[in-house]
Amino acid sequence: MKTIYDTIETVARDLYWTALKDIPDDIRAALKGGLDAERKDGNSTAEQVLFTILENIKTADEHDTLVCQDTGLPVYKVVVGTKAAVDIPELKSRIQRACERATVEYPLRSNTVHPLTRKHTGTNTGQGIPIIKLDFAPGSDCIEITMAPKGSGSENMSFLNMLNPAEGLRGIKKFVLQCIFESGAKPCPPMIVGIGLGGTSDVAMQLAKEASTFRKIGSSNPDPDVAALERELLDKINQTGIGPQGLGGTTTALAVNIEWAHTHISHNPVAVNIQCWRGERASARITADLKVTYGNGGL
Amino acid sequence: MADYKLQTPLSEAQVRQLRLEDTVTIDGTIFGIRDATQIRIFDEGIAPPVDLTGSVCLHTAPGVRKLPDGRYEKICIGTTTSTRMDRFVPGLVEQYGVRAIVGKGGVLEASVQAMQRAGAVYLAIVGGAAALETLQIEEIEQVWWEDLMPECLWKFRVKDFGPLILAIDSHGNSRYRAIQERAAARIAAFEL
Repeated sequence: MKTIYDTIETVARDLYWTALKDIPDDIRAALKGGLDAERKDGNSTAEQVLFTILENIKTADEHDTLVCQDTGLPVYKVVVGTKAAVDIPELKSRIQRACERATVEYPLRSNTVHPLTRKHTGTNTGQGIPIIKLDFAPGSDCIEITMAPKGSGSENMSFLNMLNPAEGLRGIKKFVLQCIFESGAKPCPPMIVGIGLGGTSDVAMQLAKEASTFRKIGSSNPDPDVAALERELLDKINQTGIGPQGLGGTTTALAVNIEWAHTHISHNPVAVNIQCWRGERASARITADLKVTYGNGGL
Repeated sequence: MADYKLQTPLSEAQVRQLRLEDTVTIDGTIFGIRDATQIRIFDEGIAPPVDLTGSVCLHTAPGVRKLPDGRYEKICIGTTTSTRMDRFVPGLVEQYGVRAIVGKGGVLEASVQAMQRAGAVYLAIVGGAAALETLQIEEIEQVWWEDLMPECLWKFRVKDFGPLILAIDSHGNSRYRAIQERAAARIAAFEL
């Protein structure tokens, strides 16, 4: 008899493939908006780049192939309902198994190596991989899984600065703009800029990843001050002229998303994590009676 | 701004005529190289087992399936960030005669100067657009250094590979440099 764990394993495997093939609707819409803007502004190279990106997405749809060759490091965000009857260590081990199966059965390029010896594991799994971020939903009997294959070009553009409180908001803005300048053409712009404010150093980085990789484009932070900073930074980043693929244009970023936590009186942590234009993620919800609902980039 | 269709191998005259903003499409052969490939060539001092004179090199590590006869079938072939491998560019163009590097993200000043001295160019592909790129690669013709999988030295046969954007020419001009300089000035002028 099929168990909840069998369903988790199959769904987690399929989500890896879906995330690599099917670009979320919010990303598609933002890229199309970028193309229209560059066309209107007469930026012919930027227009050509965005046109190629959209053609590539269409080609992947038509041929049922991967959008990009970078199969990333697998990151799973799992929200377990407090009424869902699952054993968490078993859930984790099934998600690891799902990554191995996704890699071998497709076959996907495996990227996971030992950080010192650079020896390959060959399965896109290993010590600490896949990355599984667990959270809990009160009262629910469902399990929600979102998968993001985080590519290296954008992930290499990760930054942390424990600023002084006296540097304030101005220091935060200055640091973020420096990060964008340093990233330049490297993370495959137009990028999604994730910013984590507050917490301890590790929390700030995790918030930045949540912001870059798991939040939809068009979503604003519920805190009005934070939302205002998102808008201001998006405007300024697009004024830099770095543009699609760093070849010039007004579409440097598709979104700036900020997540935050309270912090210490002596801290002013700012973390930046970039996501590339593909913004890949795929989601599914598994109910207690093993019904599965898939969402294009979110539920 | 002109469109060129070039057949490999490339001559110095062919690449010297190219100017920033030109677009290039390539037919013939392209070699795939990545971090580990170039660490072997330049840091371990092991010469590539094939003549790269006049060649086009692509910064890539493909996704492949090994067939029973030992050949490789393409699954997904795309482009990785060149900047990470910037320090190998002078060696590729000056020591091994590579005429064009296809990548994303660009390379830095010392490489721009080496390309000017040697007569080589940098062609920008759209990073992440691997579904299209895979269709433009007809076949994986040969592979060396399989122990570095997937960062082997690959030989691809290509047709209508592109369009690629001429982003660094062989006359010391870099579109990336110009855009970054402009961005630095604009950021400095922001009121924060």
